[in-house]
Amino acid sequence: MQPISVDVVQTKLSEFLNQEVYLHLETTNGAYAAHRFGQPMAVCAYIRNGKVQFERATIAGDKPYRVGLKMADGWIYAQGLTDFEVDAKGRLLLAGHDEEGRLAVSLQLSRTPFPMSVLDEEGV
Amino acid sequence: MNKERHVLLVYPHPDDESFGKAGSVALYTQAGTPVTLICGTLGELGRNMGKPTFANRETLPYIRKKELEEACRVLGIDDLRLLGLRDKTVEFEDPEWVADKIEAVIRDVKPSLLMTYYPKHGVHPDHDALSHAAVIAVKRLPKEERPVIYGSAVTHDARAVLGPPDVTYDVSSVLDTKLAAMRAHKSQFEAMFAQMEEQMAKSPEARQQVEANMSKEYFWIYRIDD
Ligand SMILES: [Zn+2]
Repeated sequence: MQPISVDVVQTKLSEFLNQEVYLHLETTNGAYAAHRFGQPMAVCAYIRNGKVQFERATIAGDKPYRVGLKMADGWIYAQGLTDFEVDAKGRLLLAGHDEEGRLAVSLQLSRTPFPMSVLDEEGV
Repeated sequence: MNKERHVLLVYPHPDDESFGKAGSVALYTQAGTPVTLICGTLGELGRNMGKPTFANRETLPYIRKKELEEACRVLGIDDLRLLGLRDKTVEFEDPEWVADKIEAVIRDVKPSLLMTYYPKHGVHPDHDALSHAAVIAVKRLPKEERPVIYGSAVTHDARAVLGPPDVTYDVSSVLDTKLAAMRAHKSQFEAMFAQMEEQMAKSPEARQQVEANMSKEYFWIYRIDD
């Protein structure tokens, strides 16, 4: 991944407008947050392959960034995004990494479902 | 250490087999004992992406699979069974269904020793879910065919609740192999190794302390009462 370029990400977000797309949305402070890192509890939430459609998509802020996706009946939101990648499958991967390089938040969009197990993928 | 016919490791994540256990595994394989590793998931949802970051959410499972295969090579594990479950979801699966998968491997390799996390003392929900399923699988066997279960208890109150460990292995003779297996999990351990090396660089005493800690591995025998 590389540091977010607002222009590139905004352009890519717009390409996903007004069509059914697959969403991966996640935030985590690590499974061992309470056990090893002195935080009150481990917190994580994720959706993999939520099927969504949105009519407005905007990146805002200045490192870290926020993304808001406006749907007909609601919103999708992520804060703390630092890095992005458009991978070989045309998927937009956005992530927020902490100072140690650990993933804290991720928002990803794809026109095809994200794999559930890479063991099902070809050649693995 | 006891001579074992076959050792079966049952862990949910790539790196579980190395962290706190790789020395014991190396002792078994060096003694000529065949070792089979069941790895439940590919740690798809790990938050460590390497330091500096070289993985992303979608490439991580491919990378961790390669790292696991390398750790197995280092440790002399030549039978790796991937269950294809998904990180953080093991506890939401039907435990009997997960136990079916473990039981099939048990009936295949007929282990005399099964190593897993100690039930309810694994800290990570996947650790506890898979050790629970492993116990279900072992219970289905006739008593005389059941492997002994060595559990890793990693909760802070393990010793207070379970007492001292039943088995302590001195793995100082295979410490290099243990460290190499841990290092194979580059995406996960780079940050930790940097910290450890910083600690060891402080003084010869600090280095000795870190090495002494790494040289001991502890297990509690999980007894099935029926
Ligand atoms: Zn684990």
